[in-house]
Amino acid sequence: MAYLPVAFILAGMTAYTVLAGADFGAGLWTLLAVGSSADARRIRDEARHAMGPVWEANHVWLVFVLVVAWTAYPVAYGSITSTLAAPLLIAAIGIIFRGAAYALRGVADSSRFAEYLFALASVLTPFALGTAIGAIAVGRVPVGNAAGNLVTSWLNPASVLIGALAVAFSGYLAAVYLAADSLRQSKRGGGADGAYGDGGDGSLASAFRRRALAAGLVSGALALAGLLVMRHSGLNLTHGVALALVVVSGVAGLATMALCWWRRFGLARVTAALAVAAVVVGWAAGQAPRFLPGMTVVQAAASRSTLVALIIAVIGGAVVLIPSLALLFSLYLRGRLDTPEQHLAVEVGAAGAGASGRDWRGQVRSGVPDGAIGVAAGEGEGGGEGGGEGGGEGGGGVGADGGVAIGGEVGGGVAVDGSAVLMSGARMRVWGGAAVVGLVAGAGLLVFADATWAHLLGVACLVVCAVSVFGLAAPNDA
Amino acid sequence: MGVNQHYLYEARQMQALSLTVHIPLVCFGIAFPVLVLFAEYRYLRTGDPVYRTLAQRWSRIMLALFAVGVVTGTILSFELGLLWPVWMQDFGNVFGLGFTLEGFSFFVEAIFVGIYAYGWDRLRPWAHFWCGIPIAIAGVTGSFFVLSVNGWMNHPTGFTLVDGRATDVHPWLALFDNPMFWSEYTHMYFAAYIVCGFLMAAVYAWAFLHGRRGRYERVAFGISMSAASVAAPLQVIVGDWAARDVAVYQPVKLAAMEGLASTTRGAAEHLLGWYNGHAVVWGIEVPRLLSILAFHNPNAVVQGLSIVPLADQPPVNVVRFAFQTMVGIGTLLALIGLVYLFLRFRRRDSLPRWLLYGIVAAGPLSVVALIAGWITTEVGRQPWIVYDVMRVDAAVTGASDIPIGYGTLSVVYLILAVIVFFILRRLARVPLPPDLDLLATGALMGDG
Repeated sequence: MAYLPVAFILAGMTAYTVLAGADFGAGLWTLLAVGSSADARRIRDEARHAMGPVWEANHVWLVFVLVVAWTAYPVAYGSITSTLAAPLLIAAIGIIFRGAAYALRGVADSSRFAEYLFALASVLTPFALGTAIGAIAVGRVPVGNAAGNLVTSWLNPASVLIGALAVAFSGYLAAVYLAADSLRQSKRGGGADGAYGDGGDGSLASAFRRRALAAGLVSGALALAGLLVMRHSGLNLTHGVALALVVVSGVAGLATMALCWWRRFGLARVTAALAVAAVVVGWAAGQAPRFLPGMTVVQAAASRSTLVALIIAVIGGAVVLIPSLALLFSLYLRGRLDTPEQHLAVEVGAAGAGASGRDWRGQVRSGVPDGAIGVAAGEGEGGGEGGGEGGGEGGGGVGADGGVAIGGEVGGGVAVDGSAVLMSGARMRVWGGAAVVGLVAGAGLLVFADATWAHLLGVACLVVCAVSVFGLAAPNDA
Repeated sequence: MGVNQHYLYEARQMQALSLTVHIPLVCFGIAFPVLVLFAEYRYLRTGDPVYRTLAQRWSRIMLALFAVGVVTGTILSFELGLLWPVWMQDFGNVFGLGFTLEGFSFFVEAIFVGIYAYGWDRLRPWAHFWCGIPIAIAGVTGSFFVLSVNGWMNHPTGFTLVDGRATDVHPWLALFDNPMFWSEYTHMYFAAYIVCGFLMAAVYAWAFLHGRRGRYERVAFGISMSAASVAAPLQVIVGDWAARDVAVYQPVKLAAMEGLASTTRGAAEHLLGWYNGHAVVWGIEVPRLLSILAFHNPNAVVQGLSIVPLADQPPVNVVRFAFQTMVGIGTLLALIGLVYLFLRFRRRDSLPRWLLYGIVAAGPLSVVALIAGWITTEVGRQPWIVYDVMRVDAAVTGASDIPIGYGTLSVVYLILAVIVFFILRRLARVPLPPDLDLLATGALMGDG
C-alpha cells in the first residue's frame, strides 16, 4: 500500500510532463520564433492560442502531485521542499508569470510584454522543476530540515542536465502537438476564422514538423547523455524494469520521428507522449525502493489510516475527474473550444486602439468578419426554451425601462432602479415567507443552540433566507 | 526543536503576503460563478440579450481572475512546504487529505472554467449553462477543504502526539469532525458574497454617478448588489456564532481580540482604544457586553490572556485592531445592505447619491474587512502553527534564503497587480454590443 501513492504521483507527474510540458514548449517556440516575418508571427500565434482552453487543467496536475506527496510522504516532502527551496521558488515565480501571461493574452492579443512573460516562464519553470527532480534522482536531498546544500543540491551537472532535458522534452512535445493542431486547423479551412493558423496550405504544420524533428534529436541526445551522467552520479537505469522503460522510450522516440517524417502527426502525438512518460516512470523504477538517501518508500510513507483516506479520496476524485477531463479534451480536440479569445482580443483591441492607438494589430484584426460580439448565436433557441414560466414574472418591459433610464436624476436621487419590477404578489408572498422563516429559524438555531447539527441546520436556514431574498431583490424584468 | 531561523518574521510576512493576494480571488471563485450563472439563467428563461451580454462579459472577468487565482493558489501550496517543512513532516499525514480533496475541486473548476469561457458560441445554450454548474460547486468545495485544514490548525484533533509526531491519525475526523471549522467556513462563505458583490456593485455605482445608467448597468448592479445586501446582514449572525466558537475553543485568541488581561466575570467590551499590556486604555467601555457576546450571559467568566505565559500570547494590539476593523466595516456593510433592500422593496426607482457613494466605498472596504478578519484569526493563533501543539518557530524551514524569496515574490506580486489592473480595465472598456446600446444611455466606461 505504501507504493500506491507513488503510482498516483507518477501518474500525475507523467500527465503534467506530457500535457503541461507541451504548454511550456509552446512558450519555448514563441521565444525562438524571433523576427517579424509572416512565418515567425504565425508560429507565435499558433503557439499562443493552441493551449488557452486547457492550460489550467494541465497545470492542476502539478498541484495534484504536490498534495499527494505531502499527504503520503510528509517527512520526505518536508526534506525536499526545504533543501530545494531555490529551484521550487523559481518554478513558482515562473508559474505566476505563466498564468498572468495567459490572462493578459485574453485581452491584449499581441502584447509583446505578454509574449516575453510567457516565453520566460515557459523556460524557467520546466528547467527549475527538472533540476529539482534531478536533485532527488541523484540523491542530493538528505532527510531533514534543509539538511542538503541549498545550491549544489540542484546546481550540479546531473541536475542541470535533467533541467535541460525537461526544457527539450517540452519543446519536442509542443512541436508534435502543434504540428497536429495546425494540420487540423488547415483541414478545417484555415482555422476557425482565418485570422491565424495555417492559411490552408499546410506550411505551418511543416514548420512545426521541422521543429519536432530537431527537438526530437536534441531530446534524444540529452536523454542518452543523461543516462551516462546518471549512472556516474549513482542512479543506474541500465538494468531491470528501468532498462525496459528506457528501451520503450527510445523506440517510441524513434517511432515519433518516423511518424513526423511521414506527417502522421495524430499518431506521433501518442508516441511522443509515450516516449516522455517512459522516461518519468523509468526514473522512478531505477530509483526504487529509495525515496531519499537512507529512506525507502516504505519508511517514508505515512501511517495506514492516512494512506487509506488518501486512496479513497483519490479514487473518489477520479470518478469525478476522469469524465470531466474526457469532456474537456473531446471538446478541445474537436475544435469546439477554438479561439473565442480571438473575438475578445478583437473587441478589446478595437477599444484599446481607439483609446490609446497602441495596439496596431488589434486594429488590423478588428476587420475579421466573425460574430465577435456573439449575442446572435443560439439566442432564438434559448428564448424558445425559456418561454413558459418566465413570461409570468415581471411585467415591466424594455420600453418602460428605457424611459426611466433616460430620466436621469429623480428628486435628488439617481434613477438607477428602473428595473424595480418585482415579482407578482403571490410569488412574492411565498418567497418572502420563506425568507422570514429561514431568518428566524436560522438565527435562533445559530444563536441559542449548541449542538453542531443544530448549527448546520441553522446555516441551511440562513441559506434559504439568503436565496429567497436574493430571488426577490435581483432584477426580475424581462 | 526547530532550527535557528533568523528570518522567521520574514517567513511569516511572506506567507501573509501570499494569502492576502489570494484571498480576494477566492471570494470571486466562490461567489462570482453563481452570479454569472444567475445572469445566464435569466437569459435562458427570458431570451433577454442584456442578460446574455452580462453573463458573457462577466465570464471573461471570471476567467481572468481564475487564472490569477490558479497561480497564486499554487504559490501558496509551494510555500506551505518551502516555509514550513517541519509542519509538513510532522502533520502532513493529518491534514494533507484536505488538500488532496481540494486538488480535485481545483481540477473540476479548471476544466469547466475552460469549457464555459471558451464554449459560449459553440455549445448549445442549456448545455453551456450546465457546464457552468460544476464551477460553482467546485468553488464551494475547494474553499471548504482548504478551510478544513485551517480549522484543524486552529482546533487540532484526530491524532495522538508521540515525541512531537502525530500518530494514531484519523484524517477524516481531524478535518471534518471539528466544531470550529463549520463556523469558520460559513463565515468565509458569506464573506465571499459580500466581497464579490460589493466590489462588482461599486464599479456600477461609480458608473451611475458618472452618468452611465443604461439598462445593462442597472441589471449588473442589481444582481451584484442584491447578493451583497443579502449576505452582509446575515454575516452578523454567522459572526456571532464564530466568535462564540473562538471563546470556547481558543480563549487566548478571544482575550487578544478583546484586550482582556486577566480572567474576569461579567467582562466589559471596549470599543477602540489601545492595549498597554495590562488593560485597554482610551477605549469606550460597555460593561458586561463581552460576557454577553461571548457566552450570552452577562455574568459569564471570560478567560484572560494571563491564563498562558507571555511567550504563548499573540500580539494583542494587532489582533485587536484587526478584529475591530472587521467588525466596524462589517456593521457598516450590513447597514448599507439593509438600506438598499429597504429601498428596493419600497419599489423606489432611484437611489440617493449618498448611498451610491457608500456603495463605491463599500467595495474596497469589504476587502479590508476580509483581510482584517484573516489577520484576526491567523495572528490570533500565534505563536502556534498548530494550536497548542506546534509553535511556528519549530515549523519553519532551515533554509537561509527567505529574504531573497520574500523580496522577489513581493516584486512579482507587484507586477501581477499591475497586470490584473490592466486586464480589468481593458475588459471594462470593451464596448457593449450595438443593439444593447439602443437600450442603454451609454456604454459601460466606453468613454476611455
